[in-house]
Amino acid sequence: MNIVENFDLYAPKLTDKKEYFSPGHRACQGCGEALAIRLMCKALGKDTVIVNATGCMEVISTMYPTTAWELPWIHVAFPNSASVGAGVEAALKILRRKGKIADRDVKTVCIGGDGGTFDIGFQALSGTMERGHDVLYICFDNEAYMNTGIQRSGATPFGASTTTNPAGAASIGKSQWKKNITEIMVAHGVSYVATACHSYPVDFMTKVRKARKVKGPSFIHCMSVCPTGWRTPSSECVKVGRLIVETGVFPLYEVEDGKYRMTYQPEFLKPVELYIKKQGRFRHLTPDRIQEIQDRVTLEYRKLMDKVEGLHSWKELAD
Amino acid sequence: MSKRIGMEIAIAAAEAVALCRPEVIAAYPITPNTHVPEHLSDIVAEGRLDAEFICVESEHSALSACCGASGAGARTFTATSSQGLAYMSEIVPIVPAMRLPVVMIIGNRALSGPINIWNDQSDIMYQRDAGWISMFANNGQEVVDMAIQAFKIAEHKDVMLPVNLNLDGFQLTHVVEPMEMPDQKEVDAFLPPFKPLASLHPDNIVSMGTLGLPDIYNEACKARDEVLKKSRKVILEVWKEWKQKFGRSYEPVEGYKTKDAEIVLLTLGSMGETAEVAVDEMRKKGVKAGLIRLRLWRPFPFEEIRKAVKGAKVLVVLDRAVSYGGPGGPVFSEVRSALYDQPEKPFVMNQIIGLGGRDVPVVDFVKIVEKAQKALKTKPMDDYEIYGVRGS
Repeated sequence: MNIVENFDLYAPKLTDKKEYFSPGHRACQGCGEALAIRLMCKALGKDTVIVNATGCMEVISTMYPTTAWELPWIHVAFPNSASVGAGVEAALKILRRKGKIADRDVKTVCIGGDGGTFDIGFQALSGTMERGHDVLYICFDNEAYMNTGIQRSGATPFGASTTTNPAGAASIGKSQWKKNITEIMVAHGVSYVATACHSYPVDFMTKVRKARKVKGPSFIHCMSVCPTGWRTPSSECVKVGRLIVETGVFPLYEVEDGKYRMTYQPEFLKPVELYIKKQGRFRHLTPDRIQEIQDRVTLEYRKLMDKVEGLHSWKELAD
Repeated sequence: MSKRIGMEIAIAAAEAVALCRPEVIAAYPITPNTHVPEHLSDIVAEGRLDAEFICVESEHSALSACCGASGAGARTFTATSSQGLAYMSEIVPIVPAMRLPVVMIIGNRALSGPINIWNDQSDIMYQRDAGWISMFANNGQEVVDMAIQAFKIAEHKDVMLPVNLNLDGFQLTHVVEPMEMPDQKEVDAFLPPFKPLASLHPDNIVSMGTLGLPDIYNEACKARDEVLKKSRKVILEVWKEWKQKFGRSYEPVEGYKTKDAEIVLLTLGSMGETAEVAVDEMRKKGVKAGLIRLRLWRPFPFEEIRKAVKGAKVLVVLDRAVSYGGPGGPVFSEVRSALYDQPEKPFVMNQIIGLGGRDVPVVDFVKIVEKAQKALKTKPMDDYEIYGVRGS
């Protein structure tokens, strides 16, 4: 990978120059998730073990005998990255205690897509979080089962057309709202939970670094634009990622010990329509349906603001 | 020095596993196997064993956590039964594919449905083709011994495969028996620390569990088959060493009064001990009966089976699982296949018995030997029979 000349001068402390996720993998052009993974690795650094659920990222990065990973990496199956991670973490803990490996912190980081997190891997995730393993779980959410060809998941947004709930004369596509995985993680008592998006790289990497430092479970929900599944031009991946945040559809915030904080707050939220019109998966939506989504986004944003303004950290409450 | 003890077998199994100093244990409760992890958690809680005990939220996660732990280089153990094993089944074939030497104790129990918590061997047969080394114990002493042997076999550098040790649920798990329990020193001398081929650590970067496209999947399967077959050599070596050190002998196939036997029974698991009594009774009546106990299920001991049945006229394979709509019980179809090409072979018949905890007393084996006597004259119409079905 070629790095811009005088990189250090322009971006002195922002990021590690070393690439832990090598180029040459098979991700689609303009893949937001691959970009996010690359940023994640830079923020995590070398003392990391990655546990990958089955999904796009596993498939595109490790076609035997090649691997894009310059970090220790394991994949076992689709629903279990959280429980494989629990095993890795437990092993690292006891091997260190017994003096069989070097005496230093190595973080176990589990990654999975929305299918592997919201749906099929939900139980394993809940178990690992509940048991308090020292594991960072990052969900790269592209809002459908993209690896198998754009099928509906619990993370697919209302009104999106997928290959298993397509829009048609008798269907608007997905007729339910997206599951709020972030709130579910807060409800587990996880001390650091955050949302992020690859289009805000510094914000994302800061959150990864913060989560990495937590002793115990932490969770990041990283919105990852999928041009193939969202039906947007590859060149607009970063732009669409910005719009999802600027319209308030996917606000960037973090929850530290129950205390909500916006990490990026636009002065005014752009109309949701701007975001929706960019994507083929929403092409069929009529103005009243778009208004319905707008109303929901506004309400959810207000609910979030209410938490940001009202809720105290658990530590404050304990005092 | 080994100690003479009287103990519930599941508890003794946990004690034997603890002697192997497992580092990560991940297990989920299920009858009839629960006492194994329960007692291991006691041992950890008492501070007798330094291990990470993960109380996972499912068996799927139990075996998944074992993959992670073994991949990171820890000696890893789990235990389950029936539905639990079935729930693990997505992960079961991945463990040998990744060459992770996880040891699992299975307290064999019938698969649902109808739901039934009692013993048969349908749970392990459902996982038969996954690529694990698979063996069966006949009694408590064998459970203790084989649990310790399992780690040595699994972690041998030429093997690096998971091992499942099967013991019949309730019939073995919940029975108190006298046993010799080796001491820590003896086990430490027998079982060296686990040295993984590769492990997940930044000091030695590795990608585990990568994608195999059609250009490599074939080769990966061939490699798996070969390593499993080759593990036989190590298994025999370990058993030989065990005999030298502890005096108890283990063979892939063990015969009882088979030398001049015309009618031979073949069993897997605890019913071998009851069948022995039946053989003795028949011998008293002048019937030339014998018994073969199959211990090693995978890799399947073809040669030993062929040798063991030499001279027999009828071989009755006793299965504790049904292969619905298939050729008979799973043990039967393997044994018959092992003998198919042999110029001289006994007539092989199949009785499927003891399903879902149905008791198999001595008298049933006697009746089965009598059936075999009849078969000497007139061969039965059906390849297999589910024995003792009421109303039929």
